[in-house]
Amino acid sequence: MATVSFREATRTYPGADHPAVDKLSLDIADGEFMVLVGPSGSGKSTTLRMLAGLEEVTSGSVWIADQDVTTLPPKDRDIAMVFQNYALYPHMTVADNMGFALKMQNVPNEERNARVLEAAKLLGLEDFLNRKPKALSGGQRQRVAMGRAIVRKPQVFLMDEPLSNLDAKLRVTTRTQIASLQTRLGITTVYVTHDQIEAMTLGDRVAVLDEGVLQQVDSPIALYDTPRNLFVAGFIGSPSMNLFQGPVVEGGVRLGDWIAPIPRQVLDRADPTAGVTLGIRPESLTLSADERGIELSVEVVEELGADAYLYGAPAATILSTRQESDQLVARISTRHTPKRHERVRLMVDPGDVHVFDNSTGLRIS
Amino acid sequence: MPRFLSAHPDARLLPLPWGTPLAEWPAEHLVALPRGISRHVVRFIRVGDEVYAAKEVVEHLAMHEYRLLHDLMRLGTPAVEPVGVVTRRYTPTGDLLDPILITKHLQFSLPYRTLFSKGVRSDTVTRLLDAMVVLLARLHLIGFLWGDVSLSNTLFRRDASDFAAHLVDAETGEFHERLSDGQREHDLEMARINLFGEFLDLEAGGMLDSALDPALLVETIVTRYRELWHELTGVEEFDGSEMHRIEGRVRRLNALGFDVAELDITTDIDGSTIRIQPKVVDAGHHARRLMRLTGLDTEENQARRLLNDLDSYRARTGQQNLDEAVVAHQWLTECFEPVIHMVPEEFASKLEPAQIYHEMLDYRWYRSEAAGHEVPLLEATQGYVRDVLSHLPDEELSVAPTGGDQTREVIAAVTADDMDDEPVPDDPWETGEELAAAPSGYLDMSAIRAKAARRLAE
Repeated sequence: MATVSFREATRTYPGADHPAVDKLSLDIADGEFMVLVGPSGSGKSTTLRMLAGLEEVTSGSVWIADQDVTTLPPKDRDIAMVFQNYALYPHMTVADNMGFALKMQNVPNEERNARVLEAAKLLGLEDFLNRKPKALSGGQRQRVAMGRAIVRKPQVFLMDEPLSNLDAKLRVTTRTQIASLQTRLGITTVYVTHDQIEAMTLGDRVAVLDEGVLQQVDSPIALYDTPRNLFVAGFIGSPSMNLFQGPVVEGGVRLGDWIAPIPRQVLDRADPTAGVTLGIRPESLTLSADERGIELSVEVVEELGADAYLYGAPAATILSTRQESDQLVARISTRHTPKRHERVRLMVDPGDVHVFDNSTGLRIS
Repeated sequence: MPRFLSAHPDARLLPLPWGTPLAEWPAEHLVALPRGISRHVVRFIRVGDEVYAAKEVVEHLAMHEYRLLHDLMRLGTPAVEPVGVVTRRYTPTGDLLDPILITKHLQFSLPYRTLFSKGVRSDTVTRLLDAMVVLLARLHLIGFLWGDVSLSNTLFRRDASDFAAHLVDAETGEFHERLSDGQREHDLEMARINLFGEFLDLEAGGMLDSALDPALLVETIVTRYRELWHELTGVEEFDGSEMHRIEGRVRRLNALGFDVAELDITTDIDGSTIRIQPKVVDAGHHARRLMRLTGLDTEENQARRLLNDLDSYRARTGQQNLDEAVVAHQWLTECFEPVIHMVPEEFASKLEPAQIYHEMLDYRWYRSEAAGHEVPLLEATQGYVRDVLSHLPDEELSVAPTGGDQTREVIAAVTADDMDDEPVPDDPWETGEELAAAPSGYLDMSAIRAKAARRLAE
């Protein structure tokens, strides 16, 4: 086991205008499960590949424990790409399927068996060791593939979008298995995904990247509760955070015919000409008991157990152009669910409003 | 209605049962050919006289692989030809099935699981591994990172006395401007691990000749690859008196079947040391030359053999000064075509025409040696058809190179290998609350907060 650290690691492809990864500095603790997440082209896979030795580092360095591995060949880095080879060999037992790579490294029989048994116990596969892969479920086969990486006892596990190639059912099974394994094994893991739900569900910490630049690295809760900038605010959360734009006035920010009460000392931190963007999570909105609040015409109601999601267009043009959707989303309790086409008012606790400076995109609340 | 994405649509594909999961397709549409080890459901389907390989796979992978195979084809790389992707497959009850990627079945191809079986000659094994190495190097030269390098993802075809390897699975592939050393090393490492596993599996199934050692086989691949890569791309330095080494390098590359499109030659200031490095090399030197001269589309070594025969025909007929293309046309109509026309229809699916011609030349040489004089071409052909060809198995729809009952056993074993149709046993790891709550497009922050609180409490 080991720490991993990127020190101003940069990767620029020949002929490219911008680096694919730009001066990334990131420290991953021993035993930590770090998820790199971002949209396509954000540099998350390139980052993982720099660690794996598949991409050359243009400048800066990459460290595993106290060793600079920047120029080390992949096989000398003591890392394992999990799920790289899924293929299970039909004539070999589960034990042989897990341990065959050790045989190639000339690990003695006795030690090989011990390591396979240890991995099998971790993976709940000890009763299946003598079976052939034919007699395994899809999820069990995935675990055998994980076992292959575990028996090698690498310092770091790398997983590059391991769920994206699986069908829907196996995706859910495997995600659960990775989560269980993470808690049992406590091995340093770097996991790449474009899916923020996957990232938030699995990671001890999550590093959000966009256009090659690290936007924020934090625990899932901190990312959700205090996004550092507008990108993270809009990217993390499903449904996404509502982003509003309005003029700064006496007492707060005007959203249609309602003034959101934002403290003056917060608004004073913003560039006065560019103004501010307000972010409100769907669950922070509540139905207003009076005529105050954001006016909304309900277009879709989606009930989910004790809650309902309301989707609709606000009465005034207050949604930020930075927001992809032209609808506002509110999550409210189903005790008083409004009907479609009904007009409602939505309120928010001022403490739940995220305020961002438009000129820098940074959080100021 | 399913949707077909295809550059060359085959209308006969339309009426197939796309609304049925591939694993449940009725036998009338299928051909029982040996399949490699795959995570996906793979079947061979017959449409008219055409055989296609069909793979059921998630949409983004199907599209990705379809496009990559197209690019590989455009670049003349030995890979299977993509036919199309079938999406929007709905069952009668309205469930959406994963798309199917369709590729052409590679005629006369031999799957590896039948090639390393008992009694295989050690030089055959060397040739198979060499074919794999050449394929990997060719892919790397054009910036293709294969990812899942394995025998299961490769098909072999006869190529004169050697084999030619073709890529059949590009699912994990990526095109790059140029591969870094790390990327090539990665592919090589994948090759080592996967091939080692595949050889061990053959061994466990009693399908590997006992004289073969899996560890030695994979090390051979790595060594051979490094040697070839060095020859293809390495820098060579020599002093000004050894200018012939430039030509020597080009000749060696030609002999390996590569053309040098660009050679970087630099000298130091006083011109005493010369440094050369091939910049662009293209595989298929002989195959391209034969194609240009005769229109015959063959593997590289078959082309080499046919070109040799063409050269000796030219010398024999005293036409060294005549235009090469004119002589080539004569050779085609007077030698190659008459030989192929003499092969009875019922034997035509045993070997490819170029391979038949090559083997006939071998046969003729032995017969001529024994007879003490040159046996005429058509007489040799008759003898070859009678003594050799008629006893070979059909390889058009690849069975196995060895023939006999052993082949059938191997096929039975291979076909029984498929792991994708099995019922799923119960397992406590695969039930539980997290699993039940997981599938939805919503981020469940309360679950994440609860998990964090649990961790804190521990």
